[in-house]
Amino acid sequence: MKKVLSVLLILALVFGLAACGGGETAEEPAGDEALKVGFIYIGTKNDGGFTQAHHEGTMAMEEYFGGKVTTIIKEGVDDTDKQAAKEAALGMIDQGASVIVACSFGFMDALDELANDPAYADIKFLHFSGYKMNDTNFGNYFGATEEPRYLSGIVAGMQTETNKLGYVAAFPYTEVQIGINAFTLGAQSVNPDVEVKVVYINSWYDPAQEKAAAEALLAQGCDVITQHCDTTGPQVAAAEKGVYAIGYNMDNSAVVPESFLTAPIWHHEEFLIATIQAIMDGTWTPESYYGTMADGYVDLAPMTDLVPAETKAAVEAVKAQIIAGEKPIFVGPIYDNAGNLVVPEGTTLDRGGIWETNYLVKGVTAVQ
Amino acid sequence: MEVFLAAAIVAGTPLLFATVGELITEKSGSINLGVEGMMLMGACIGFVVGLATGNPVLALGGAALAGGGGALIFAILTVTLRANQVVTGLTLTIFGTGFTRFVGQDMVGAVIPGELRASFAKVELPGLSEIPFFGPVFFRQDVFVYLGYIVVILVAIYMFRTRIGLNMRAVGENSGAADASGINVALYKYAHIVLGGALCGLGGAYLSLVTVPIWQVDVVGGRGWIAVALVIFASWNPIKALFAAFLFGGLGILGLRLQSMGVHVSQYLVDMIPYMATILIVIISTMRNRKEGMPPSDLSNPYFREDR
Repeated sequence: MKKVLSVLLILALVFGLAACGGGETAEEPAGDEALKVGFIYIGTKNDGGFTQAHHEGTMAMEEYFGGKVTTIIKEGVDDTDKQAAKEAALGMIDQGASVIVACSFGFMDALDELANDPAYADIKFLHFSGYKMNDTNFGNYFGATEEPRYLSGIVAGMQTETNKLGYVAAFPYTEVQIGINAFTLGAQSVNPDVEVKVVYINSWYDPAQEKAAAEALLAQGCDVITQHCDTTGPQVAAAEKGVYAIGYNMDNSAVVPESFLTAPIWHHEEFLIATIQAIMDGTWTPESYYGTMADGYVDLAPMTDLVPAETKAAVEAVKAQIIAGEKPIFVGPIYDNAGNLVVPEGTTLDRGGIWETNYLVKGVTAVQ
Repeated sequence: MEVFLAAAIVAGTPLLFATVGELITEKSGSINLGVEGMMLMGACIGFVVGLATGNPVLALGGAALAGGGGALIFAILTVTLRANQVVTGLTLTIFGTGFTRFVGQDMVGAVIPGELRASFAKVELPGLSEIPFFGPVFFRQDVFVYLGYIVVILVAIYMFRTRIGLNMRAVGENSGAADASGINVALYKYAHIVLGGALCGLGGAYLSLVTVPIWQVDVVGGRGWIAVALVIFASWNPIKALFAAFLFGGLGILGLRLQSMGVHVSQYLVDMIPYMATILIVIISTMRNRKEGMPPSDLSNPYFREDR
């Protein structure tokens, strides 16, 4: 009897958890013609960073279409587990979703298999940050974060007094390296003496460790801290030390008002609204979307009052140039931090060239 | 160097509370792998209470109650209902993760009020903080860290110098013999599992109230598992646990410090050191076969009086 009871209690614990963290269905009752869009998230929709930024885009898209679009959301799907991603997608298709949006790089192969399975030829698949696609029902999307990163570098370069900037980064790979390089070039464009120190924490999400990394950088004399990881840990470290912080993904001006300058942010709704509209109109064809600041897909969060007016003016001027298409970010000559010429004079990196980055530019100190 | 060691203590304090909590639990004969879950529950409820009241004592009390409450579930399942301890502990971790995400879902980005943060600001202990080297490292910390020192001393006295502590160890070493000598085995197990859980809850609360006083999900980030390993590393001794927790705290941030100084040592190698050290210690203590370094003999064995 007691054994049965204990098994029941354990099951109750497990299902209690499932009830807490499980998938969520649409908030509004669906009309018959409503388009159902399923979203697969790697994190929770309120993680205060990456997934939350995407979820805000999702919600803005849903609101824009009124009752014409409903969403199904599955949070916390492990993006290293292809089967889990497929099951999440298939579950949504069973619930009537005709568009599947997967919001992490690791979902790519699961989507690729489903998209190329004739059984799901009617379903549209959209994948964030991947490179695979097909000609019929599978597209991908990403943003030119190097543009707002460059602008945030200008802010940091003008704000620093020690000429040492701290960069808390997740992993040493292309996307992160592009961000570090863009930030550094931005800072150097206004302050040639500036040095960027990078610490990798080998994780996307660990508030305490991110803070500890920022503290290590502060101990080395950095007086502006920025980050390519998901929590407010680095910003808290900067606030406690009385120096400045530049965030990522989220406008945290209300969370750490004493140190927050700005942050590169996303407007996922720009892509989602246009794409869902095209799908509803029947005009959509798969594309590899790369949203820029001109598209409104990426942006720099409003600079706070901690940023002096002349810095704001300088940033706005460059921002206008970027939006007008007159200011590419990676223009040769660019040297890497070992002194090799990586982008020759007269060369400007296009999207393909940018995504071949496997170096850090001159002025960056990093151990990798 | 002093700055680094002081930071190591800050990084080690959540580990210290959780390690001492798990140590008490294991000494009384139960292995509770729900440390991560109980830390999360403590982090979450401590934050909720701190946010609502702004009172540090209530916040810590809430965290301890939450951790203890999680442990109580474990105690009911494993002591009264005799469920498998490993399975129940793992379930408790999963439950704690879901619980904190659920309770904290509308709280993300909330900030602990200034007066509560101020009560966890660094305090220089008069006299002690002037000691060369040790002062700046150990005695220019926040009150939560000092609470950690006090807990370790109290637990050490309790375990090794009191009759109840002796009884508790007897339950862990041989429940049958303890029962025969008139000790209420179930009561001892319940009390120490809950006490251990309360300490784990406090460890979690350090992360959410002091380290990053802004609510974010999954603040514990695997530290509960390190605490389980640390109990073995410290060979079930609370004083050793103090140094072990600070050592692991230090090694956890050593890689970051080396990177920021531009020292070329692989982060992965640095991250491995604590675990390689744990394996080494287990091997050494097994080879020496001394009673002190060994786990309690009745660890993880459920006690059936009828089976005796």
